[in-house]
Amino acid sequence: MSPQAQLLPGTLDLLILKAVSLGPLHGYGVLLRIGQISEQALLIEQGALYPALFRLVRQGLLKASWGTSENNRRAKFYELTAAGRRRLREETDGWNRLATAIGSALAAQPEEV
Amino acid sequence: MNSLAYLRCLAAKFLNRSQTDDDLEDELRSHIQHRADDLERSGLNRAQAERRARVEFGGYGRFKEESHEALGGIFFETLVQDVRLALRVLRKSPGFATAALVTLALAIGANAVVFGISNGLILRPLNVPQAETLWGTVYGEDYGWQSYPNYVDLRDRNRSFEDLAAFTFAFVGLNTGKDPSVTTGFATSGNYFDVLRIKPYLGRVFHSSDEHGPNSAPYLVLSYAYWHSHFQDDQGVVGRVVRLNNHPFTILGVTPLGFRGTIAFISPDFFMPLVNQEQVNPEHPLNARGDTGGIFETLGHLKPGVTPAQAVADLNAVGAYLAKTYPKEFGQKTSTLAHSGLTAFTHPARAFVAGLMLLSGLILLAACANLGSLFAAHTADRSREVALRLALGSSRKRILRQLFTEAVLISLAGGAIGLWGSVGLLRSLSTWQPFPGAPVHLPVTPDARIYVVALALALLSGFLFGIVPVRQVLRTDPYEIVKSGSAAIGLRRISVRDLLLVVQIAICGVLVTSSMVGVRGLVRSLHSKLGFEPRNTMLAGTDLTMAGYSMDRVPAMQKRMIEALQTIPGVEGAGLVTNYPPLVYTAGIRANIFKEETTDLRQSNIAASPYKYDISPGYFDAAATRLLAGRSFSWHDDQNAPRVAIVNREFAARMFGSADGALGRYYKLQDGTRVQVVGIVENGKYVSLTEEQQPAMFLSFLQSPLSKSSVVLRSHRDPRELAAAIRSKLHELDSGLPVDTETWNSLLSVVLFPSRVATMSLGVLGAMGALLSITGVFGMAAYSVSKRLKELGIRMALGARRQELLQAALGRAFKLLAWGSGAGLCLGILASRVLASIVYQATPRDPLVLTGVVLAMALLGLLATWIPAQRVLSLDPMTLLREE
Repeated sequence: MSPQAQLLPGTLDLLILKAVSLGPLHGYGVLLRIGQISEQALLIEQGALYPALFRLVRQGLLKASWGTSENNRRAKFYELTAAGRRRLREETDGWNRLATAIGSALAAQPEEV
Repeated sequence: MNSLAYLRCLAAKFLNRSQTDDDLEDELRSHIQHRADDLERSGLNRAQAERRARVEFGGYGRFKEESHEALGGIFFETLVQDVRLALRVLRKSPGFATAALVTLALAIGANAVVFGISNGLILRPLNVPQAETLWGTVYGEDYGWQSYPNYVDLRDRNRSFEDLAAFTFAFVGLNTGKDPSVTTGFATSGNYFDVLRIKPYLGRVFHSSDEHGPNSAPYLVLSYAYWHSHFQDDQGVVGRVVRLNNHPFTILGVTPLGFRGTIAFISPDFFMPLVNQEQVNPEHPLNARGDTGGIFETLGHLKPGVTPAQAVADLNAVGAYLAKTYPKEFGQKTSTLAHSGLTAFTHPARAFVAGLMLLSGLILLAACANLGSLFAAHTADRSREVALRLALGSSRKRILRQLFTEAVLISLAGGAIGLWGSVGLLRSLSTWQPFPGAPVHLPVTPDARIYVVALALALLSGFLFGIVPVRQVLRTDPYEIVKSGSAAIGLRRISVRDLLLVVQIAICGVLVTSSMVGVRGLVRSLHSKLGFEPRNTMLAGTDLTMAGYSMDRVPAMQKRMIEALQTIPGVEGAGLVTNYPPLVYTAGIRANIFKEETTDLRQSNIAASPYKYDISPGYFDAAATRLLAGRSFSWHDDQNAPRVAIVNREFAARMFGSADGALGRYYKLQDGTRVQVVGIVENGKYVSLTEEQQPAMFLSFLQSPLSKSSVVLRSHRDPRELAAAIRSKLHELDSGLPVDTETWNSLLSVVLFPSRVATMSLGVLGAMGALLSITGVFGMAAYSVSKRLKELGIRMALGARRQELLQAALGRAFKLLAWGSGAGLCLGILASRVLASIVYQATPRDPLVLTGVVLAMALLGLLATWIPAQRVLSLDPMTLLREE
C-alpha cells in the first residue's frame, strides 16, 4: 500500500462533494469512492466522515434519503443539490489556483529568482 | 426525578430528538455493516468482520456526538443534559449544595428586600395621574408654606403652577354614632382633588366652590380603606352626618382604592376641607398668617414648559413679596421643589436606602466570594472527573459550559428561595403598623420589578462565582491528574481561593463593624441626656374643648385635675404641660423671640426661635428636669402677675451669652410682651434625638392657657393600675371628659423608631455577614483538613503534638481570617460617613466597637474552625493510613 497522506483541514468537505458529484452514494460508499479516486492515497478516519456529511446537509449542499444499497441493506444516500454543485465548482477552482501557486512556488529554482 | 423525566420528554418532543437519534444510529450501523460485508468477502468470518469494522470506525460515541452537533439545534439538548448532570452532582454533595443555596438565598433575599423598599419609597411615583409633573414645596428646612393666608397668596400670585393645593394633618375623634375612634386624616384645600385629578369612587369630592371662608364647608371624603373597614363598603354612606370632635360633618363620597393621599408612607383615613380645620384643631386659627404649623405642604402640577428651577425662582419671588408686605408674620426662607410623596423627606430617605443598598450589595459580593471559593474547592475535588472527561475527548468548552450550568442552577434556585422569602417579608412590611393609631404605611408591596431584579441578581451572581474555577479547568492536565490523583494540586501557593476568602472576610468585617456601630449608636441615643427622665412616668392627656369647656374655665379645671391626680396613692409628683411634653409625637412648637431692646418686631429681627412649652408648677419635679438656677413656677404666676419664663442653658447662652448672666434678664415675645427669666433648667431633647442642641423656654400655663394638655405623673406603681386610677379620679371630676393614658416611654418609641429600624436593618445585615464569614472559613478549613488528612495522619504517627497538628491544619485559615478581619475593620472605619447617614451617633472610632469587632471576628473564627479542628484531633493515624 502506498504511504497515505493526512488530509489538510477543510479538504474533507471538498472531497465529499466531489465523490457525491459522480453519483448518489451512501456514507460507506463515499469513503470507498474517495479511496478509489485518490488511489488510496488519503487517510480518512471512517467515523469522521459523518459529522462532515451532516454539516454539508445542514448547509444545504447535500440532500439525503433512505434507500437500499447494492448489498441489499438499508442505507442513506447522499446527492448534490444545486448549491452543492456550485460550491464544488468554486472550491475546485480555488483549490486548483492554490495548488498551482504552491506548486510553482515550490518548484522555483535558484537561477529563476 | 419526576420533573427531570418530564423535562427530558418535553425536550425530546420539542426537538424530535429520539427520531434524529434513531436515524443517526441506523446510519452509523449501516456503515459498519457495509464495511463488515467487505471484510467478510476478504475472508474473515462474520463475527470477526463486524468486530474489525467497529474498530476501524473509531470512537463511535464521539463521532455520534459530533454528528449530533453538526446537525445543529442542540443548545437545549445540551442544556438539559448539563442540568441533569448538575442535579446529579449536587445531589451527591448535599453539603455543598445546601451551603450554596442558603448563602445565595440570604444574599439575594436581602437585596430583593432592600430593592423593594427603595422601589416603594423612592422609585415608584405617587399613585396619582401624571405624577411626574407633580411637585411639592419644601420651605427652608421645614415643610410646606407655613400658614393658610400665605398659601392663598402663593396660590394666587405664582405663575408656575397650573393650580396649587395644600394639605396638613388632622388628628381627630371621629364619631359615627356607635364607635368613637381617633383617626388621622388630611385637612386639604378645596382644590386638592382637582389639582391631583382624582375622581371619586363613590359620591363626590369637594371643590374650591364649596369653600366660603372659615368653617363654611363641613364636608368629609373617606378613603377607600377606611370606608371598607369602618363602613363595611356601605354604598349608602353618602350624605350621612358624622361628628369630628363633636362638630357635624357630612360625608360626600369615597376616594378610589389606589389613592392614599400625598405622602408616600402615610395613608389618611379621610379628607376634610382646610377651611374647617379650626373646628378640630383650634390652635391653628385659619387666618393667622404667623402660624408656623398651619400647612404641611403645598403641591401642584407645573405648567407645561415651566422648569422646576423657574418655579423655584417664582416661589422665592412671592416669598420676598410676602416678607416685605408682612414683616412681622413672615420671615422668608428659600423654598425648593421636590417630587410629591416624600418632598422634605426625600433626602433622608434616599440616604437611608442608599446606605442599605450599599450594605446589601456588599452582602451579595461576600456571598459570591464565598460561593466562588466553595465552587473552586468543589471543582478541585472533581479534578479527576474533569481529567477523565478531557482524556475521553470532551472539549474544555463543554466542561466549562457544564460548570456554568451548575453555577447558574444553584444561583437560580437560591434566588428563587430568597425572592420567596423577601416577597413574604415585603408583604408583611406593607401591612405593618409600627404605631397603633397612626396610619403609617410602608408602600413596599412587591411588584414585577422586584422579580426582574432578583432574576438579574441571581444570574449575575451565578456567573460571578461560576467564573472562579475557569482557570482551574483550563489548566487541567488530564494525564498528570489521572496518574497521580487529585492531591497533586498544590496547596502551598496563594490561590484565588485564599484571596476570595480574605475579600469575603473583609466584607463581612465591614458589615459586622457597621452593625456594632449601629447598635452602639442606638444604645447611646437611648442613654443620651433627654433633659427629663421618662422612666416611671405616666401621661394623662385631655382636651377640655372636647368636653365643652370655654377657655376662661380651662386653667381652673386643669389646676383641679393636677390636684386630684396628686392625691392618687403612690404618685410622687404631678405637673401639667399644655399640648404634649418634649419628644412626644415630634410635635414641637417654636416661638419667635426678640432682644429686649428690639422695637421693630419684624421677622428679620428675630433673635431666636426656641421651642415653647407652657407648664404648671410641679412639672419639672414630675419630669425630673433639673433646675440649675433661679426658681420654678408657682401658682401665683398667673395672668395678674408679671410674665416670667424659665429657659434652658442653651437659650441662656444664646440670648445672654452665659447661663449665669441670664437670670433676671428680659426678652420679648412676638406680641411684644416683655418676659423675665426667673429660672434656668438643664438642656434636653425636644423634637428628635438627633437634633442639634436647641434653645427652649418654659412659660407658666396660667399665663397662656390652652385646652389641650398632658399631666405628667411620676410613680413607681404598675402602669395599668395607675392608668385605671387616673381614669377614675378624672371621672369623679367630670364624667364626660375623654382621657388618654400612656407611659412617656412608650410614646418615645415614635421618636426612636427611625434609629430602631436602622439598627435593626444593620443588625440583620451584620448577622448575615457573620453567617457568611462562618460558612466561608468553615468551608476553607474543612476542605484543607480533608485534603491533608493523609499528611496529618503521617505527622501524627511520627509523633507530632496536637498543637503542631492544629497549627499545620488550621494555621492558614486563621491567618486568612486575621488578614480579612483587619482589612474589614479598616474599611468599616472608613465607611463611618456612610453609616452616619443611617445611624445616629455612629462613631466607629469607639474602643468598645473596635474590641467588639475584633472579639466577634475571633469568635466567629473559632466557631467556624471548631468542627475541622475536632476532626484533626480525633484522627486515628492507623486507620487512616490503612484506608488511603
